[in-house]
Amino acid sequence: MKYFEDIVVGERMPVGSHTFKADEIKAFAARFDPQPFHLDEGAAERSHFGALCASGWHTAVAWMRLMVDFRRRISEAARARGEPVAAMGPALGFRELKWLKPVYVDDTIDYTSEIIEARVSESRPGVGLVSIRSTGINQNGEPVISFISTTFVERRPVTP
Amino acid sequence: MNAKRYWEDIQPGEVAIYGPRVVTREEIVAFAAEFDPQPMHLDEAAASASMLGGLGASGWHSCCLLMRVIADGFVNHTHSMGAPGIDEVRWLKPLRPNTQVRVRTTVLETRASKSRPDFGFVKCLHELLDERDTVLTTLTCPLMVARREGNASP
Repeated sequence: MKYFEDIVVGERMPVGSHTFKADEIKAFAARFDPQPFHLDEGAAERSHFGALCASGWHTAVAWMRLMVDFRRRISEAARARGEPVAAMGPALGFRELKWLKPVYVDDTIDYTSEIIEARVSESRPGVGLVSIRSTGINQNGEPVISFISTTFVERRPVTP
Repeated sequence: MNAKRYWEDIQPGEVAIYGPRVVTREEIVAFAAEFDPQPMHLDEAAASASMLGGLGASGWHSCCLLMRVIADGFVNHTHSMGAPGIDEVRWLKPLRPNTQVRVRTTVLETRASKSRPDFGFVKCLHELLDERDTVLTTLTCPLMVARREGNASP
């Protein structure tokens, strides 16, 4: 990743897409979010969702996985050019997460993240704080998830 | 087992503790390998060199564990209709291997839906605690819970 100083507010990152299969939706829910409408087709049909849908946490962690893979590709390309790669993370948290529409079986969600703020850390001189807004859009063009997360990014070392 | 609670049954100011549950090193690494494969969640040496200062769970793992604990202890004992989102999550301290976690849930506010007569919102603060009651993660979110009126069978 780029150093904090090189990060441009407004830059958009095509993070990638993920298709949610029924088996995967149910397996995730059984581990972390065992509500009936995430576990069982019949219960989901009787619920207000109308059909089996993914846990919102599943929709969120699918973004995380794609983002880690995206950043790894960027970092490997930078290393191949002989450029330094800044350390990143951990994140401080997130806010304003909205599950805008259910994610149903076989939906494909395409995620994009946009840098919305970059500021220096008052408590930690070596790092900056970068906030991004991430959104996921289904195959019909409907937004299904949106949230803002903030993470530490290494500042460019001062050269003597 | 008690009957599931409707929105009307849940009062602001309620505080309850759910869990416990132990998170192992294997679980931390397996979650990270699947969903958040950053070296600080996978490898001791990389984690020690990072700002985490040692192996720690993905923040998303903390959220998912918290979800599982409140699903078992709270959400699945209500007529939950899911959550429309999360107001805020703060990852305050790393979740280390072999920590026994519990969740302290405080009901902050209940309000009826303006547009839908069949459910109301229950806004909660959920705090992920370790054995010493140190708060590791906080999560604030509204839960949609069906109202008794119009839903309960006579």
